[in-house]
Amino acid sequence: MAGLATQAAAPEVVTSGARPGRVSRILRAAAPWAGVLPFGVYVALGLAAPTIAIAIGAFQDSTTGAATLSNMDTAIHGTYFLGLKNSILLSVATSIVPGIFGLLIAYAIHTARRGNVLRRVVITASGVFANFGGVPLALLFISALSTTGIVTGWIKDVSSVDIWDHGFSLYNPQGVFVVYMYFQIPLMVLVILPALEGLRPAWREAAQNMGARTWQYWRYVGGPVLMPSFLGCLLLLFGSAFSAYATAEALTGGTVALTPIQIGALLNGNVLAGQENLGYALGLIMVVIIAIVMIGYTFLQRRAARWLR
Amino acid sequence: MAAVVSVDSGAHAPTPAAGPAAEKDRFAVWRWAILLIAGAYFLIPLYAALRFSGLKAFTQVTSYPSFGSAFGLSLRLAVIATVLTLVLMVPTTVYVHLRLPRVRRVMEAITILPIVIPPIVLIIGVLKVAPGTLLGTPNLLGLEYVVLAMPFAYRSLDAGLRSFDVKTLVEASNSLGAGWPATLWRVVIPNLRTAMLSATVLTVALVLGEYTMASLDNFQTFPVWIVNFDQNSGPVSVAASLLALLVTWILLMLIVTVGSRSSGKRGGGQVALFTVATQQPGNTVGEPE
Repeated sequence: MAGLATQAAAPEVVTSGARPGRVSRILRAAAPWAGVLPFGVYVALGLAAPTIAIAIGAFQDSTTGAATLSNMDTAIHGTYFLGLKNSILLSVATSIVPGIFGLLIAYAIHTARRGNVLRRVVITASGVFANFGGVPLALLFISALSTTGIVTGWIKDVSSVDIWDHGFSLYNPQGVFVVYMYFQIPLMVLVILPALEGLRPAWREAAQNMGARTWQYWRYVGGPVLMPSFLGCLLLLFGSAFSAYATAEALTGGTVALTPIQIGALLNGNVLAGQENLGYALGLIMVVIIAIVMIGYTFLQRRAARWLR
Repeated sequence: MAAVVSVDSGAHAPTPAAGPAAEKDRFAVWRWAILLIAGAYFLIPLYAALRFSGLKAFTQVTSYPSFGSAFGLSLRLAVIATVLTLVLMVPTTVYVHLRLPRVRRVMEAITILPIVIPPIVLIIGVLKVAPGTLLGTPNLLGLEYVVLAMPFAYRSLDAGLRSFDVKTLVEASNSLGAGWPATLWRVVIPNLRTAMLSATVLTVALVLGEYTMASLDNFQTFPVWIVNFDQNSGPVSVAASLLALLVTWILLMLIVTVGSRSSGKRGGGQVALFTVATQQPGNTVGEPE
């Protein structure tokens, strides 16, 4: 039907009535979309265009602009491979450890009575700390745990051990790990709490009525229901740590081998001129990794939604 | 206190009849243990920073001439980003709710993208494609902060629109003879005040703390200033960042209190992006056109 109409209209002049009819039909179909046009244009210019530019730049030679795979090749070897490895390991560690700790905190306040002051304080504090990162966070930990930091001094006073003499450093991936927990734990509390609240007390009562012990309830009821949400939240924490730049940069002054820091160094021209395209290649790799993680997150969220309503 | 409780639960544990009560007491012990460890981890660095900077540094912060220009630039960017965010996102979100309800899923997916694409990657792409006229000015940052704020802004506006029956109100307004501008201005926006406030506060907090994009774009916003300044005087820059934190916290507390007052007793308005996303889609009764 539609194909026929288009064919008839194609010769233009034949029927004078057909053309305005078709145009107005297209206009009418397109009209509802006019309302989202400004938003669409903004996203296209501010988000899509830069991303596409990176994807193209990743496969271009820095000087000639010719198509090449050498940026990608450099990006997955040597020091840049180390950066990717460190970034991934750091993100895994700062999703699992704060994930478990955050779950415990969330459960601790979940079991408290509603309207409990402590509960409200923890939720509010989590909202504040989860949004806390970057420069102030780095400086907070530098004043606490650097070689001359106050906590370092306390530990030396109490045990006469200088942690910096025993392999501790704030300026390597392990140090960054300690600092990242500061925003990862509260983020976990915030994202896992709705899932915990979805566990119906009735399920627990039913399990208890049938003689289930606490561990049996968690093994066969609570755990399985919670698991997709928990894993989804871990992926979210992974993404949050993986794309963080400001905290590690301000903490280490750009010396730690993490991919975001390396991208920053390449694009700041601190390394060598004409290395931008290597930066684009690393950026593309980051986007691909985060995209995979977010797809996993969406999938797990959907699984979780089956029970938590 | 914790010791007493644990002894108590130990005494009751063998009798199954006391099961729930004993369990509750045991929770109390580990609950306090966990919260104490967490409290120490979160408060000690804050204390250390306060001690390190000392009170004198706080008065010195504002006396640096570069402080004024850096803070002024951050404020200017916050104003640009907030105004643009509201002008762009409020009509779009309302429109999608009323006319294109099926597009809501797409909107959700699009507005999550600024989180998927790390800011460090986004800014290098922006610097690559931005026209020369924008590259030389900090306004480019203001424009990009709108993109960064989208996930937060969209979600708080979307949640706000779900909290009242916007369709009925708009139909009532239209049938009483109000045109679209009047309806938007006098019916929809007053009902969206809380959501717009939280979108505003989140945007302002984001802009005031944003370091990644500003440092790569080579503009001395407040966070960039704190870092560059670090080399000269440690205590003062720690004091500056504590001040920045304080401002951000006050802003965030503002949404929490306003949010919890308007949303009643439902867990308090949490400044979390994903608690909003996991809510059930509200009134699905309204038929799409």
